[in-house]
Amino acid sequence: MSNEKTEVWITGIGLVSSLGEGPETHRAQLTSGKVPLPVVDTEDQAPYLVHPIVDIDVGTQIPKRSDQRQMGPWQHLGVYAAGLALDDAGISHNPELLAATNMIVAAGGGERDLEVDTVIMEKIDGVENPGPILNASLNSELRPTLFLAQLSNLMAGNISIVHGVTDSSRTFMGEEAAGISAIETATAQIEHGQGEIFLVGGAYIAERADMSMLMEFGHTLWQDDFASIWSRKDTDGGMIMGSAGAFLILESRKHAEARGVKPYARINAVVSDRSSRQAGAAGTVANNLFEKISDRIPEGPLPVLSSCCGVQPQLTEEYDFLNGLAEHGIEPAIRGVTTVLGNTLEAQFPLSVILASLAISGGTFFDPFDDSGVEKEFSGDPEQVLISTWAHWRGECLALVDKPDVTLRGGD
Amino acid sequence: MSHFSKDHKGRPVVVVTGIGIVTSLGEGKEDNWQNLTTGLSGVRKISRFPTEGLRTQIAGTITWEQEGRYCAPMHSINLAKKSAAEAIEQSGIGSRGSFPGPLFVANSPAETNWDQRMVVYGGQAGADSTGYDRLLKNVRAGDFSRYYSLFQFASIADHLADAFGTRGQPISLTTACASGATSVQLGVEAIRRGDTDAALCIGTDGEICEEMVVRFNLLSALSTQNDDPQGASKPFSKTRDGFVMAEGSATLVLESYDGAKARGAKILGVVRGAGERADTFHRTRSTPDGSAIIDTINRSMADAGMSPAEIDCINAHGTSTPENDKMEYLALSAALGSDLDNTPISSNKSMIGHTLSAAGTIEAAISLLTIQAGVIPPTINCNEQDPNILMDVVPNEKRIQTVNSVMSNSFGFGGQNVCLIFSAEPA
Repeated sequence: MSNEKTEVWITGIGLVSSLGEGPETHRAQLTSGKVPLPVVDTEDQAPYLVHPIVDIDVGTQIPKRSDQRQMGPWQHLGVYAAGLALDDAGISHNPELLAATNMIVAAGGGERDLEVDTVIMEKIDGVENPGPILNASLNSELRPTLFLAQLSNLMAGNISIVHGVTDSSRTFMGEEAAGISAIETATAQIEHGQGEIFLVGGAYIAERADMSMLMEFGHTLWQDDFASIWSRKDTDGGMIMGSAGAFLILESRKHAEARGVKPYARINAVVSDRSSRQAGAAGTVANNLFEKISDRIPEGPLPVLSSCCGVQPQLTEEYDFLNGLAEHGIEPAIRGVTTVLGNTLEAQFPLSVILASLAISGGTFFDPFDDSGVEKEFSGDPEQVLISTWAHWRGECLALVDKPDVTLRGGD
Repeated sequence: MSHFSKDHKGRPVVVVTGIGIVTSLGEGKEDNWQNLTTGLSGVRKISRFPTEGLRTQIAGTITWEQEGRYCAPMHSINLAKKSAAEAIEQSGIGSRGSFPGPLFVANSPAETNWDQRMVVYGGQAGADSTGYDRLLKNVRAGDFSRYYSLFQFASIADHLADAFGTRGQPISLTTACASGATSVQLGVEAIRRGDTDAALCIGTDGEICEEMVVRFNLLSALSTQNDDPQGASKPFSKTRDGFVMAEGSATLVLESYDGAKARGAKILGVVRGAGERADTFHRTRSTPDGSAIIDTINRSMADAGMSPAEIDCINAHGTSTPENDKMEYLALSAALGSDLDNTPISSNKSMIGHTLSAAGTIEAAISLLTIQAGVIPPTINCNEQDPNILMDVVPNEKRIQTVNSVMSNSFGFGGQNVCLIFSAEPA
């Protein structure tokens, strides 16, 4: 095996969020010259706010109704976004390429049937020996498809069935760190010749009371009027969850060149670790991670995409860390991704990598996402974008997406 | 540097230096091996919860009195702690609470179970509401920080990373019933890349509850032979009628050959290769011609640089479902050809039951013990072998023979297929 690492290119994007569908829609909205207006639903999960997913035409990516019926909205969204990425990279309907495409999906779980849960809770509430009633209710209320629609690895399974991706297939579970590990692992595998082409990403739907409950177990959700991420800094904090399907095609330079494909951008580095989250611990980890990549970042203005989630004290600590980059001669132009798209959990890091690659390939960084004064203007053609993703519970990551020395796609 | 330190493709050789197992047959390698080679079953009537009205009332559950009220992710964490502690102690690697490498954990998706959901439901703050409104009002009014740390999808790996002091962000993974094998694959790949000299690979599953039983019943996947729990799991038998759910955990400490030699560790076996191929046919069934499984098996042999004749025995996926056992035979016949005639195939699930997310790791561990002992555990409950499955399934009695290499198969819902090959330490 050669010790020389190959470059990892981003050659396909599948993106759906609360702002719309497709790279161009997002690029246009985020570089429109005015502060982008996030789409916020105040009722669906009240008192919580969510960024709802836009309507998708599921049938365009999942043509068979028999396939559609086997999935819930979460799997629909993931399979749909994965299909967009495969289309975008020119892999779809190419059996040879699909058979050589590896897959790492970052997943939570599918939807519970909340009505079934409600019926059963009412039946067994206060009953002294609820077991037999619970059994009878589960027997009569659950359906086979419900189980398959909930299984975490069935998003990957359905991508194989619907789109025909059949090399390795792994599902990493759990929150922001799953998305980080998915891209970090795929990048490492490509760099070391353990695969030439990967479909990587995840999906999250915020309009789910079962997920609101899971997040609120930690009292992590924002309950006030909408506020940008940085304007939550001097409060007790809280998250606004967002919905997104975000998939990328990562490909070795050699493989992409051999099939005549241009990249959006290159993944220069993904470094991650896990702090205890005691006061100051995440910042220490982030500083150590920065040391690993600092020699690749020149002094001066640097575009930064932060997925700062809003939970305190990490909100303040991540803010301090990013502004502390000034000590290295860096002038960070920070954009709080969560202000416009919310925290999309497993999809969050893939989403950030996609946005970075859109800035690189478009030759323009995004306008400030709020008017807090935290987000400085950045003019000029971004050569690299630093991504900072600290999970709401555990896991910190920095990544560097940059411009390879070739003509990029989608740049005009 | 020894000439054993790189494999046929020039990659670092990956070895196993620690093994730990907990199953329905017992805690630890010794008890498990004793019971596996005796041919005992760990399957019994479920006592954790009332089974009245359930079609399936048997499983290989593991119940520890000291755990108190059952909580699925906590049980999976506790099972994993037992197997990981045993494996790390055997390997002698690192120091207490500090494992010098990454963690890969295969487990079932963490879920809030009915017990916990009803605890939340019973709060007072939401008493004027119903359904999830009521749950959410109670959650806002109470302290549920323990649930927060247990029911996130990555929570099991997170707790284990704290317990064993592994490096970096742990990876919590699922590939359904192939998960355990995938955890080993990820460890092998990390060592082959040179990212690390060691990796902790754990499979754990302690998730048997009412809803899981009903779900698998709805898919008609489980045996309903409730009157004969110990005879219900009968892989490759004519009368097999489904798998038996079970709990358990196994851990492998993987190291580079050079790393293990440098610290003078005893090498228990070599991970020779791994193969994988996703299926596109159906969510719960294999492509009828077996092509994805055949490809998986062939790729594992190519990765290992081995031919069918070099595979001494096979640790089957062997679930005891009509579909799996038929397809596994079809695929093995195609991939191994006439060499299959001389290759014993045994299913540990006949005794342990199907430990789902942990099965691939548990069977990897047993494959390594098989090599060490020169004894192949039997496929029990094989009183009438399926006449259409013409393999040597090591029926009912253990087999004493020299075993230098074992192939271990894992196939899961969602078209997930993984095959691992282990061999003895190079002499």
